[in-house]
Amino acid sequence: MGMTLAEKILASKSGRRSVSPGEIVVASVDRIMIHDVSGVGVFKVIESYRARKGIDSLKLAMASKTWVAEDHFVPPSDRKSASNIRFLESMASKYGIERYYRYGAGENYGISHTLALEEGLVRPGDLYIGGDSHTNTAGVFGALAVGMGHTDVAYALMHGVTWLRVPETIKIHLEGSFKPSVMAKDLILRILGDIGSGGADYRVMEFRGPALKGMNIDERATLTNMTTEASAKSGIMEPDDLVLSYLEEKTGSRPRPIASDPDAWYVDEHQYRLEEIEPMVAKPSSPDNVSPVSEVEGVEVDRVYVGSCIGAKLTDLRAVARILKGRRVKVRTEILPASHRIYRQALKEGLIDIFTESGALIGPPTCGACFGGHMGVVADGETVVSTTNRNYPGRMGSKEARVYLASPLTAAASAVTGRITDPGELM
Amino acid sequence: MRIRGYVHKYGDKIDTDVIIPGVYLKEHDPKQLAKHAMEGIDPDFVKRVREGDVIVAGRSFGVGSSREHAVYALRYAGIRAILAKSFSRIFYRNCINTGLIIPIEIGDDVYRSLETGDLVELYVEEGRLRVESKGLELKIGPPSRIVIEIIRRGGLLNIDPEELKRIASQ
Repeated sequence: MGMTLAEKILASKSGRRSVSPGEIVVASVDRIMIHDVSGVGVFKVIESYRARKGIDSLKLAMASKTWVAEDHFVPPSDRKSASNIRFLESMASKYGIERYYRYGAGENYGISHTLALEEGLVRPGDLYIGGDSHTNTAGVFGALAVGMGHTDVAYALMHGVTWLRVPETIKIHLEGSFKPSVMAKDLILRILGDIGSGGADYRVMEFRGPALKGMNIDERATLTNMTTEASAKSGIMEPDDLVLSYLEEKTGSRPRPIASDPDAWYVDEHQYRLEEIEPMVAKPSSPDNVSPVSEVEGVEVDRVYVGSCIGAKLTDLRAVARILKGRRVKVRTEILPASHRIYRQALKEGLIDIFTESGALIGPPTCGACFGGHMGVVADGETVVSTTNRNYPGRMGSKEARVYLASPLTAAASAVTGRITDPGELM
Repeated sequence: MRIRGYVHKYGDKIDTDVIIPGVYLKEHDPKQLAKHAMEGIDPDFVKRVREGDVIVAGRSFGVGSSREHAVYALRYAGIRAILAKSFSRIFYRNCINTGLIIPIEIGDDVYRSLETGDLVELYVEEGRLRVESKGLELKIGPPSRIVIEIIRRGGLLNIDPEELKRIASQ
């Protein structure tokens, strides 16, 4: 029997001809990402290990294959965050990790998952692990991209290997194309509603089908990003010509393609026709508590937040601008581009002008209020429409706030009217 | 491994944002994190919990973020084992790889038999749970060999890659 993409990658990385779901393998790791929350944790684990074992100088096997992004508490919101950044910088330098994206100093910086895509830091067929749950996003390139905790990442950094249970794969088959008022965010919310927040526990979600051809990398990455909210080990897609050419342009060499075998076994299969997808929201307080916008239309909104690795890519900002152009926002609206490069491109395209003329606030590239850190944390009793990926109680600040997750189009339309609004009405 | 402690029972989808809210992620001292364990859902938890206690929960325990802070917060508050109908995978790995918390999957029947305040004794390798306060004996788990081995050794860092391969292939 053939293998799925995820099985092929794990077989190759564990030096075996084939693997089957349920097996435990020790696999070699190709790339690692850490940021200013997980990286601090990872280096604390490594330093205490070194002290405990009495090792003077410790060489990290993966130092040259690891990159660091400052994205959570930047710019620092207080002294502790500021000193964490200093600690992270000093550790990266001590252990020889050179690829380091400093906020406010460089050609590009911003949210780690966005950098992985923009800078072409992950390749098809890679086993890529990151110290963040939304590492899954990079599966858009045909890598097995897996989020892990500090100790796991520390071990991989030191030894270049990790242990994994070979996951079953769920097939998500997509056909057709979206209506103009619908985006990939609406589709992934619909899928989450159908399979539930534990629906892909220990499993990989593989997106397939002719509809992917009609989506750019940003939109595809919206799908892989939120596989995390289904508890998936990862989301993955076969790299097509668009991806291979994109990576060739970014990195100077064309990656080898990789694909699932035609006779691969899938534990489950779901099919969607994109024309049938409506604008969707996830209601308070879980990403799988979804309903069509039409069922919650008119709910009064206090604030709109456009940000994060899923909701502030260039395609997302263009969608927001399409709605905000020539209009004014009625409620507080924050727009935080996911990276410096996106910010600059948005400036060039006139998007930032449209946003500022609408009355919205433009923020720096940071995870910001998506995880309740800073830059617009929400209050008791506030109702928020957000382009981010989680709305668990307290996620964006107060657990008494009501957060609706929505597409950039729906968020922008709601900003204009002050109520949850179907973007089709303003297009 | 044998655990003896009191049960703290919760429902489904106890996510990492309620176990330790995001604003505390800048904190990396486990003792400080422990002061805020379960703050998002049960502010009195830290007052009630004692060393060696056990959480019993429904589906998808630990869903959400990769923050290892969640495991540190619970362990340093006192929790040594979590019995849940299912775990979210990163949280599950973090429990094992730190060697701090023993995660065990349970069925509906075991979940229904346990209440907050029950005094339980857990024999991990044997897959046996004694509910002292009810004179009940239940079968649970046991976790897979690799899980038990990593926890028994005090965490992943204490096992070198060659040994890890041997354990994985057994």
